[in-house]
Amino acid sequence: MILGIDVGGTHTDAVLMEEGRVRKKAKVLTDADRLLTSLSSAAAMVLDGEDPQKLRRVVLSTTLSTNAIVQGKVDKVGMILASGPGLSPADFRLEGAVHFVSGYVNHRGIEVAPIDREEIGRIARSFEREGIEHAGAVGKFSTRNPKQELAVKEIMGPRLKHVSLGHRMSGNLNFPRRAATACLNASVWGTYKRFAEDVQVFIREQGITAPVYILKADGGTFNIADSADFPVQTILSGPAASIMGVMSMVSGREDAVVLDMGGTTTDIAVLAGGVPLLEPLGVVIGGYKTLIRGMLTRSVGLGGDSAVKTTDDGLVIGPRREGVAAAFGGPCPTPTDAMIILGLTDIGDRRKALNAIGAVSQKLNLSVEDTAKRIFEQMCAEIAAHVRQMIDEVNRRPVYTIHEMLEDARLAPRMLYLVGGPAKPVSQCLGGLLGCPVCVPDHAEAANAVGAALARTTSEITLLADTERKTLFIPERGMQKSIPATCSMQEVVETGRELLRQAAVGMGADPEDLEMEVVEAQEFNMIKQFYTTGKNMRVKIQVKPGLISLCRKER
Amino acid sequence: MPMTAKRKKTALIFFPAFDWAISPTHPEREERLLYTQDQICEEGILDFDHITEYKPGIATLEDIDRAHICVPDAASVVTQSHLISAGGCITAADQVLTGRADNAFALVRPPGHHAMRVVHGARGFCNVNIEAVMIEYCRKKYGVRKIAVVDTDCHHGDGTQDIYWHDPNVLCISVHQDGRTLYPGTGFADEFGGPNALGATINIPLPPRTSDEGFLYVLDHLILPVLDEFKPELIINSAGQDNHYSDPITDMRFSAQGYAILNEKLAPHIAVLEGGYSIEDALPYVNVGIILAMAGIDYSCVKEPDFDPSALKQSADISRYIEKLVASIKNQWEKRDVMKEKLIGSAKHAVRKKSIYYDTDGIREEQEETVRICRDCGGLVTIDSATDTGNRIFAVVIPALCCPACRREGEEIYQKTAKGKYRSIYLQDKDKAVLFVK
Repeated sequence: MILGIDVGGTHTDAVLMEEGRVRKKAKVLTDADRLLTSLSSAAAMVLDGEDPQKLRRVVLSTTLSTNAIVQGKVDKVGMILASGPGLSPADFRLEGAVHFVSGYVNHRGIEVAPIDREEIGRIARSFEREGIEHAGAVGKFSTRNPKQELAVKEIMGPRLKHVSLGHRMSGNLNFPRRAATACLNASVWGTYKRFAEDVQVFIREQGITAPVYILKADGGTFNIADSADFPVQTILSGPAASIMGVMSMVSGREDAVVLDMGGTTTDIAVLAGGVPLLEPLGVVIGGYKTLIRGMLTRSVGLGGDSAVKTTDDGLVIGPRREGVAAAFGGPCPTPTDAMIILGLTDIGDRRKALNAIGAVSQKLNLSVEDTAKRIFEQMCAEIAAHVRQMIDEVNRRPVYTIHEMLEDARLAPRMLYLVGGPAKPVSQCLGGLLGCPVCVPDHAEAANAVGAALARTTSEITLLADTERKTLFIPERGMQKSIPATCSMQEVVETGRELLRQAAVGMGADPEDLEMEVVEAQEFNMIKQFYTTGKNMRVKIQVKPGLISLCRKER
Repeated sequence: MPMTAKRKKTALIFFPAFDWAISPTHPEREERLLYTQDQICEEGILDFDHITEYKPGIATLEDIDRAHICVPDAASVVTQSHLISAGGCITAADQVLTGRADNAFALVRPPGHHAMRVVHGARGFCNVNIEAVMIEYCRKKYGVRKIAVVDTDCHHGDGTQDIYWHDPNVLCISVHQDGRTLYPGTGFADEFGGPNALGATINIPLPPRTSDEGFLYVLDHLILPVLDEFKPELIINSAGQDNHYSDPITDMRFSAQGYAILNEKLAPHIAVLEGGYSIEDALPYVNVGIILAMAGIDYSCVKEPDFDPSALKQSADISRYIEKLVASIKNQWEKRDVMKEKLIGSAKHAVRKKSIYYDTDGIREEQEETVRICRDCGGLVTIDSATDTGNRIFAVVIPALCCPACRREGEEIYQKTAKGKYRSIYLQDKDKAVLFVK
């Protein structure tokens, strides 16, 4: 059996899965101030009368880090940035005590300017005076050579509780995002660590000895112990959980759109060949652009409870939700009320819905029925337009080789998956607008918890080989190795696969679940004065987001 | 740069062609833009809301035929990489001319400014002139009439000059290292445009070791005043980056700061990457400087790690030489109308003979170009071109915005010229943007 729990912003869902099927499910309201209470009560409901020893794994998706960041309930962070030449420090927007220090590593990982140890020491003492216990150290091109970040940590470490290092956040380039990611990581580190410890105590108290995993933004999991140092990886795992849930409920391998329609918003995600697309660089949270690998999702302010208003421009739906639908005693007309009138659903009080939509119909000078139709169709049309726009954006993404340019692989969805409250009523209309068949899976309302329960461990590795300097560097692991000058691309890829396998197994992956993919493999000759002096190779390999192999697990 | 600089919507078209090289150790090879890409990514430039990256389009053979006369035809002299690099420039122009962006930078390769009107092969790493392909596209699609190209590559932009030599509506200014000291060995101040378009070609050959000071002096005292007078609707910068002090195949002392200041002052609508082969030490910083300057972002911290202005300072001799050069070219520009009358006199036609070597492909071309003296348009051009590989062609070029007399004569000549000794006969109608071949 597997226990999956998604502690979301509004509800906490728990499922107990057996042989790939939902055996029990529970839903409780989330108490934002006591997430552990919400988690434990949902867990208790599905575990009641069960033998905790039969659990094979426990997976949690939690909104803790997301909420802390969005609501600003974070620790004050001191940031040390070795920004070198480039953008002006004035163009960085970071909260907290930000210090730009000397030191610079160039694009090949060569240290061009040293850091000033005394300067770092002075800043560490100033942090101490200001009561700052959490810091981030980030250098430009530190993913090519982390030496300076490590030195900063060594100098500051003894005076602080925690230092987040930029190169451990991601192997991707983007200094401002790396700085933001390290800053956010340091800011939630304390809060998250306490939560993770509490969760582990609770789990043991239940007599559960199965390993505990945490869901990440990319829809993959990692060990709860590993998560303590990288809490920022757990942000936005809610939408990822729903998408993984949908994947577990359907069998398609085609390009598809996943819509998770709630009361306030509709989240759009895209599957390419059955695999969720990830943000190219990283997710955005609380206005910060990060390097956190996460699913490509768009949240649109249109849901079943969106407020419907009439203005000079005509009918306006959303983006705000004023409360529940009028049919449930809410303050204003909503698409849900329109759907009730159109007979697409039979929930709520139809009379209240008629009254609310009636008020709109007078302003539009239409019958109540036609008004409901107009609201419903406009909402569907707007959602469809957002979906088309998102697909268009994906297809317009630049590519950098002639080969890719001519191949021109375009995303063309052949299926629409719908989950969430209004999924069934809108399915026919949206399918028609987007020109593809629609599927509303069973247990769609618990897709998030199911997704968490069944998500596999994911990991990513970046390898930078420089045969002139005879080095192989793996930024995410902070690992540097010597390689021979004759090292080939094939050898780099092989090394990468082995290291990724080890890392993923260490994070809790089943070795048989490691579906690896070489995301990027580029090889360039380096030339000085018309002679080849070496090769510069860049390789990125990932364990694809996906589902654990259920049958094998459960047998 | 003042912090109050206005932010501009900038479109970036980045196409490094990571799978294309002339040969494995040739300077025009796969990783030329690799470190530039690294620097752009690491600086997070694409995260600015007013900077947007666009995927390049692919130019069509018709796009190529509007700018060139390719022998035997466009399909034979271009590769996919050229079509994408020219397509990238077209995408850049589209963003600006539709108003989606205030300016655009096409960071594409392979480059193009050495490719001339007639193309028998590749010269100076170039097969097709990507700026000219873009200019002809802008004329056809958007009806742009007056265009200025400011070529800041260290090598004379001889291809662009050749294509627009007789065109009074396309001002070609090339500032480069003196042709006595560098490929292609042309671009002297007396190359000043054809008789119908005198002054629409301006060459500024600078002495080796000219630094930021010299380049910016030329910009302030010559280029900007000339542009003010010419009043182009569109300014294009052929943004070669081989004037950089670290470039391995040139001998200038321009810096990333210098390039950024130049771009801020010149304010081109479209910049197109040309040469620049210091791929590790210059390109990453120069390109970032140019992008920030175009987008109106503070570029004052963009400096090469080894940048030392005092070591790069130009000598007093060079400063004096440049001041004199600028004064003399300025004087020439101001007297262009008088010079033109003198040059034309009572002539009906003017002939120029060219011997062109395609260094990349090893082809020698002998060309005779005749222009009809015309006061109403750029003038009808006919070309007789033969190569040592045995290809001889004849071409009739009706200019953009042509007068009825030039059109009539051009159509007649095309009609009555028999194939005979020629492999093909071309009629390039730049006014109607079509090419006929027989």
